Amino acid sequence: MGWESEILQIVGISVLVAGTSTLLGSLLGIPLGALVALRPFRGRNFVRTLAFTFYGFPPVLAGLLVFLLLSNAGPLGVLGWLFTPLGMVLAQTLLVTPIVMGLTISAMMSVEKRLRETALALGADERQWRVTAVHEARIGVASAVMVGFGRAISEVGAVLIVGGNIRGHTRVLTTAIVLETAQANYVAATVYGVILFAIAFLFFAILQRIQERVFS
Amino acid sequence: MRARWASRGPLPWPGFVTVWRSAFVIAILLVSGGLAVTIDTSQGPFVILATTTSTRDSGLLDYLLPSFSQDTGTGIRYVAVGTGLALDMGRRGDADVVLVHAPPSEAVFMDEGHGLCRSPVMRNQFIVVGPPSDPAGVRNLENATVAFARIRAQQALFVSRGDNSGTHQMEKAIWSWVGYTPDPLRDSWYREAGQGMGATLKLVSELGAYTLTDDGTFLVLRAGLELDVHITNDPPLQNFYSVIPVNSERHPAVMKDGALAFARWIVSARGQALIGNYTIAGEQPFHPMGEDRC
Repeated sequence: MGWESEILQIVGISVLVAGTSTLLGSLLGIPLGALVALRPFRGRNFVRTLAFTFYGFPPVLAGLLVFLLLSNAGPLGVLGWLFTPLGMVLAQTLLVTPIVMGLTISAMMSVEKRLRETALALGADERQWRVTAVHEARIGVASAVMVGFGRAISEVGAVLIVGGNIRGHTRVLTTAIVLETAQANYVAATVYGVILFAIAFLFFAILQRIQERVFS
Repeated sequence: MRARWASRGPLPWPGFVTVWRSAFVIAILLVSGGLAVTIDTSQGPFVILATTTSTRDSGLLDYLLPSFSQDTGTGIRYVAVGTGLALDMGRRGDADVVLVHAPPSEAVFMDEGHGLCRSPVMRNQFIVVGPPSDPAGVRNLENATVAFARIRAQQALFVSRGDNSGTHQMEKAIWSWVGYTPDPLRDSWYREAGQGMGATLKLVSELGAYTLTDDGTFLVLRAGLELDVHITNDPPLQNFYSVIPVNSERHPAVMKDGALAFARWIVSARGQALIGNYTIAGEQPFHPMGEDRC
């Protein structure tokens, strides 16, 4: 296998794992965030604080927990997900969901204060109001997705422990950087870093376009 | 539904709900696609080999494993970690077979019933490297113990791996033969890197210090280092590798056939010849000494 195809493979796995985790995390995080933001209930502030706390959750700790869960000596060992991309998606989804959820809550709560009374006065019912609120908060929600992807594509602790950095299988850009640095191949490590940066830039550029064209 | 909304609600524009609904559908489709590909790449029977970083960093595994897959039709994937962690992966049933170099820990592993059998595979050696100017004057001393004593006496800079790896354990054994335990807090000439062998060698080269290394990793990086080999061929500094398939009776998830096939293949005439033919910069780091005990 030539080095070009190896780099392509690493990039492919990185985008696949981080992208799938971000989408899964968004499908979970956005509705959960909307629910928390728009429906006042007891302990809402607590849930919000908890979501924010998880921003600071160390990926390496998430990796350790998922590793213990998926290990053959652990409760989910029968699934055989350890050292596979599927396990990595599980770990990263755990990291991304609270971020998307927390940022969605923030975005929608600021909208809520401004818009709720106007909307209701104009004759919207509760359900219409919720859809409108998601729409009004769209820029904040899209930012939440971007931050979630940024977290997923750039973290190394969880994918290293759960994926095992297996060549051609679970090696992603960040774990490749760790490996090349450990072997003192600083040039290769830097190349991977530049690729990682380029992917993030491309992703954010595309999302911003979508934000401008479709949602505004 | 849309008619009702349009007639009553303050919706921004007529196709509003459709746009959000299609965004949701597209997201679901993307997730399913991503998950399908992920599940697909996650499946397929392959043996998981837990091994130490030295076999990976020396390039041996990437040279050896494709031949195993070709010969036996069995896929194999390796996870390279420290010796202690590699054995622990076997202990948890997360690896199917381990290739490690820590005979005392291996014996414990076998006694606990985690291993099916244990075969010797190959050996390499640890060497003492340092700056060409050799400030401590250890070149051509009779062995590593004398050299370490001289480094200490001269207060020459010495960098330890400091990560409890197999190499670090060997280094601590040599210090115990010297009869002195260096303490990085007290001995200013003794530093701990806390990094892998490759990164430590670069550090050592930049600092003009001495260190203990396995010869495979050193040979791979030699061209970029300003370091000479000062002590080599010291009999106690031999490093023995064994292969152990994990006991499938203790760990039912283990791929017994594939693990056993690998353990037999690597000590077979074919596997041993491949190991013996592997060279880095014209030198042979690993010496085959395979014996099938499985």
